[in-house]
Amino acid sequence: MITRRNLMTTGAAGATLATLGLPLRAQEEPLKVGFIYVGPIGDGGWTYQHDQGRLAVEAEFGDRVETLYQESVPEGADAERAITQMVLAGCKLIFTTSFGFMDATVAVAEKFPDVKFEHATGYKRLDNLATYDARFYEGRAVIGTIAGRMTKTNKIGYIASYPIPEVIQGINSAFIHARKVNPDVEMVVIWAYTWFDPAKEADAAQAMIEQGVDVIMQHTDSTAPQAAAQAAGNVFTFGQASDMAEFKPVPRIASIIDNWAPYYIKRVQAVLDGTWTSTHTWGGIGDGEVVIGEITEAVPDEVRAEAEALRDAIAAGEYHPFTGPLNKQDGTPWLAEGQVATDEELVSMNFYVEGMQGQIPS
Amino acid sequence: MNLSGISPVLLLASLMVASTPILLAALGELVAERSGVLNLGVEGMMITGAITGFAVAVATGSPWIGFVGAAAGGAALSLLFAVLVLWLRSNQVATGLALTLFGIGLAALVGQAYVGVRAPVFARLDLPVLGDLPILGPILFRHDAVVYLGLGLVAGVWWFLHRTRAGLRLRAVGENHDAAHALGYKVQLIRLGAVLFGGALAGLGGAYLSLVRVPQWTQGVTAGAGWIALAIVVFASWRPWRLLLGAWLFGGISVLQLNLQAARVPIPVEVLSMAPYVVTILVLVLISSGRGRAALAAPGSLGQPFHAAR
Repeated sequence: MITRRNLMTTGAAGATLATLGLPLRAQEEPLKVGFIYVGPIGDGGWTYQHDQGRLAVEAEFGDRVETLYQESVPEGADAERAITQMVLAGCKLIFTTSFGFMDATVAVAEKFPDVKFEHATGYKRLDNLATYDARFYEGRAVIGTIAGRMTKTNKIGYIASYPIPEVIQGINSAFIHARKVNPDVEMVVIWAYTWFDPAKEADAAQAMIEQGVDVIMQHTDSTAPQAAAQAAGNVFTFGQASDMAEFKPVPRIASIIDNWAPYYIKRVQAVLDGTWTSTHTWGGIGDGEVVIGEITEAVPDEVRAEAEALRDAIAAGEYHPFTGPLNKQDGTPWLAEGQVATDEELVSMNFYVEGMQGQIPS
Repeated sequence: MNLSGISPVLLLASLMVASTPILLAALGELVAERSGVLNLGVEGMMITGAITGFAVAVATGSPWIGFVGAAAGGAALSLLFAVLVLWLRSNQVATGLALTLFGIGLAALVGQAYVGVRAPVFARLDLPVLGDLPILGPILFRHDAVVYLGLGLVAGVWWFLHRTRAGLRLRAVGENHDAAHALGYKVQLIRLGAVLFGGALAGLGGAYLSLVRVPQWTQGVTAGAGWIALAIVVFASWRPWRLLLGAWLFGGISVLQLNLQAARVPIPVEVLSMAPYVVTILVLVLISSGRGRAALAAPGSLGQPFHAAR
């Protein structure tokens, strides 16, 4: 955490060095790497995993790096201030780890061309601003398969955060693969309009359970839906972003884990080596960025084998979760037989696939 | 539109649960405001109660002792407020806001060791016979004890304020502290008691979130419930039974909007989310206009500092 005091001293020291024209020697000064988090590091989900990545960077590089982070930065105008503060604290590489920080990161990156920025899940790049993302929809295909097999009521719940492409990809991917193994499945979506609000997430899970949902997926960050499912009994859930292992073996029967450590280590290494360039990285199961957590004994062996086969086929590049024939919700054709969705189509996805009910809020 | 998926019985049952934290916090604030002290720190006291209650429950293994700890935690924070406002006569609005910010930060600090820790299970009371009644059983008689504690406290506060001598004194202090002082009442001590009661109930409300409803400790677990509690007090025009109605309305609409979404009723999410606030504004307009004007009746000395020498 940046305290105001050490921010001012390092900021002042930096300013003094700059006015004296002294070069900052990379060999002696540790590289300062900053992380902007949207939630608390103790959320047990999304931000927790990013912080695990930060700790992996510290473990890998030891004294050669120094990391700073700021938690619970709101998406919006204040993010720009928080990122600027990181720059003034001397960070030369800054990771902003939520979609909503996109415009703020762009604005700060334009002001400080010497500092390198990395924005997670966004699509705007500059010479000093790279983007990175993970193919969460690959993991959704695997847990969608498990969900389709495990539901008895044929109602799968999906606690969604905001109607952005990343979330819509996940809903569609999970739905397509649940339907593939269980044609009677329907998907019940609740838009929570938050990434993190434990009470609201618990209430959303509760509302779903009361309406007959018996498998719940979430694209929000707290473990509250897991606890609600546990209290209800006979409801299955999946760990989201983090393993959420404390809810094993039920209700949590599998998980999608975001593993940012390899990417963070690679990018810090690139800055240390002077080889950093602005790129877009979108890794999936095959790259180790998306990991399927332990499938527990509550899942029958043949379902586990089926899910693992799908996971391995995706990892090997033999299968793409969005492979035709697929139609859009209104019945218009999207992908022809054997055709695969392009990355451009995925990053701008704003429609449900055929068979989904309800509307995406605009 | 298909509403068949929504079961009114289960909806009303979850309304009782969803409204409990805001009901407790609002009831405490009502008593404090009736004594003439406006404490905007409800959110801060709630979240302090949420973490102290959680920590005590984990340490002792008993959710009940946890709730006692939560009340103590909330009351301790309100004691700080009382000293600043009553004896140092700082501005109540500014001090209350500061209390919220302080409480949120303090709770996050204390809570760092409790992330990912599981709370002891708080058993639901399954009342025999009553719980088996059709319809009424699931709605009214299958909740945890704190839900009934909340309802009992509403009745208790009403009885105290309107049927006891001490309650009359408390209201007198809130209506006109100079007159109450002239009659020989201990204005400061009565207010101190009311503020501490408010803090304790806010703490209980917070602990209900972290021990029963969520149930775990996560930073920011109250997520604005304290502000809703403040709104309900005004909505209820400082009356306990209306307060219960207000808490049910807020709790009910927030549960209803999630249920409507799950049932795919095509109402925009944004409209549903703002509905409780729109209703509050409408009620405020209605009860503060024309004939209803007298019904609003905020305590006369609300928010004013008291000095005996004046």
